[in-house]
Amino acid sequence: MEKIWLIIKREFTTRVRKKSFLVTTLLVPIAFAAMIIVPILLATSSSEHKRIAVVDNSGLFDNKFPDSKGTYFKYLHDQNIDSLKQHYADQGYEGLLYIPQFDISRPSGFEFYSSGQASITIESSINKDINDIIEKKRLEMQGIDQSKMEGIRSNVEVTFKNGRDEKKGSSWVAYGVGYASGFIIYIVLLLFGTSVMRGVMEEKVSRIAEVMISSVKPFQLMMGKIIGIAAVGLLQFCIWGILITAIYSLIPLFFSPESMQAAAQGGGAMAQASHADQVEMIHKMRELVGSIPWGLIIPCFVLYFLGGYLFYSSLYAAIGSLANEDASDIQQLTIPVTVPIIIGIMIMMKAVQDPGSPLAVWGSIIPFTSPMVMMARLPYGVPGTVPYWQLVLSLLCLIGGFIGTTWVAGRIYRTGILMYGKKITLKEAMKWVVRKP
Amino acid sequence: MNLLEVKHLKKHYQTHKAVDDVSFDIQQGSIFGLLGPNGAGKTTLLRMITGIFYPDEGEILFHGKKFNPENDVQYIGYMPEERGLYKKMMVGEQTLYLAQLKGLSKKEATQKIKYWFDKFDINSWYHKKVDELSKGMQQKVQFISTILHEPKLLILDEPFSGLDPINSNLIKQEIFQLSKQGTTIIFSTHRMEQVEEICDHIMLINKGHKILDGGVQQIQQDFKQGLFKIGLGTMPNPAQMATWHFNIVETHDKAFTVKMNEDSTTNDILLHFIRQDIPVTYFEEILPSINEVFITQVQQTETANARLAAMPLT
Repeated sequence: MEKIWLIIKREFTTRVRKKSFLVTTLLVPIAFAAMIIVPILLATSSSEHKRIAVVDNSGLFDNKFPDSKGTYFKYLHDQNIDSLKQHYADQGYEGLLYIPQFDISRPSGFEFYSSGQASITIESSINKDINDIIEKKRLEMQGIDQSKMEGIRSNVEVTFKNGRDEKKGSSWVAYGVGYASGFIIYIVLLLFGTSVMRGVMEEKVSRIAEVMISSVKPFQLMMGKIIGIAAVGLLQFCIWGILITAIYSLIPLFFSPESMQAAAQGGGAMAQASHADQVEMIHKMRELVGSIPWGLIIPCFVLYFLGGYLFYSSLYAAIGSLANEDASDIQQLTIPVTVPIIIGIMIMMKAVQDPGSPLAVWGSIIPFTSPMVMMARLPYGVPGTVPYWQLVLSLLCLIGGFIGTTWVAGRIYRTGILMYGKKITLKEAMKWVVRKP
Repeated sequence: MNLLEVKHLKKHYQTHKAVDDVSFDIQQGSIFGLLGPNGAGKTTLLRMITGIFYPDEGEILFHGKKFNPENDVQYIGYMPEERGLYKKMMVGEQTLYLAQLKGLSKKEATQKIKYWFDKFDINSWYHKKVDELSKGMQQKVQFISTILHEPKLLILDEPFSGLDPINSNLIKQEIFQLSKQGTTIIFSTHRMEQVEEICDHIMLINKGHKILDGGVQQIQQDFKQGLFKIGLGTMPNPAQMATWHFNIVETHDKAFTVKMNEDSTTNDILLHFIRQDIPVTYFEEILPSINEVFITQVQQTETANARLAAMPLT
């Protein structure tokens, strides 16, 4: 036992001391921060003020378009539309909206000119505004009172609650969290799996393997490496967790002073409005994030990471032990291990949309795919979407699975690591599983 | 006292018998040469002795007790033919790590590393990465890490490959020194001149079978062919050489190599020259080199096998 501890320590320290470890450990939280901050900034920033010229020959729309989000409408009267078409840009307008005289029952001929393709937001907001105004006009013509109409309109929003404690939830957040954690597991399995494989290959190719095996059992050497690398992964997750939580709680602080400053510098109403938007967005986001059962998700994530990692990394170790000097064979040999992981991510993508489907349920129980698929289902709620029996069965299968793969891999590994010179096929390696050492 | 006793050891792979019924004993403090052509089963045999493989049949006694790899590996130092070090690790850390894996405490290991690094004058390498060292330097580090835990049984598989004559000699002196201090050494090689120089006792294996086993001098005696070299003051004319005691095999400048006939003695040869008044300047027996014994023995077993294989199936 003392020996395996020494091996774990070496695997851990040599990796943690590398520069690449420091870089990835710091880069991920920064990327995460950017992922949250940039969209908020983009969505709420008052970018440039857009001015749009309106030529209204019908007279219906005069001063009716609402100015919003940095878009201002300027109504130009008695101007020649043809000359305006040529010169609107020179006069400082982003676009030109032309409204002809039209029949109120059959409106047509509305045109919008801009130098480039108009943005989707402008396109949809102008369409909506025009239709609203025409609708209003028609109501008036039919003699329907505006306030009566408002009374008729319905705008119900169903509140989705789940579980017995009737927690407020959003399937969009569950989708996001499920997708993200399933995807992280996928990346981690591939990344750390190949890391184990490379480590084993290094030991074999540099010919240290036999020296080591005269002191420790092959199984100890393999497990020491696997556990050492898992420890590196867990440390990395911990650091990420702490940094991300810190960034997350600092975001409001980060926004407020800056926006306040902008307001104080005389940005006036605009800056005030955008600040209010930001605060509201952050508030909403926090409420949604809070609706996820983190107390369940985080421990499960760690369990499925470890289970999936142990399941696959021992197989990767076995593949690594089959390597020879030229690493080209390895590409081919990894296929049987990599394919189930890729199938797993594909099932995960389906499961995150429909977490109750049979494919999702079975995918989250079979250990080849369960680490990814189960993580996609869990944010939808336990025991609502994922009954307890499925979770327990899935974890038991995973534990059984990694004991199985480790056993098989250990048997391939101890023979493979000492085989030099000749190319080993997978078929041959499978024979070693049943053979005596 | 025998440090190691190997009894009827067998290890079969699917297609061939790597080690087939091999038995031998190794005395404590002796240097035992394990010889054999490539693919003879040397490595498989050594891997069983180091606990890497389990034998299919037979048993190994270490210190008179059944060999228990779990515990006994700490008394064994093994330098395999396929050897290497972690390339990106520092030399000092690396030796410390390997020593700790052999059961040494950190303190003990550090002391011993200091002793050996001083002795080999390589203290300046301590903080160098292994891949900054030359092949020969790496071999030295490898040797130190093999003997650091003071093994009772030291197994060296082709220890001199990749070493220049000066470093070979340095390692050779260390081997003698360790042997004097009571370390038992198994020395596996196919470089015969080293075997004669270093080993007390040898075993020859081929195709998994033991062909020959004995003291170096004993084997030379066993395989001598009655050849002598006799130095003469004046060369006799051919008419003087008619005798049934010996035949001339080779004529040299003022000397003959002769093959003594059975039933004759060395004195018969000497008398032949002395009677004819030919001055004898020296007389020596020519013993076969281990290399010759090795080649003839391997060839003999090969031809025997070939004959067996050529026999028609009836």
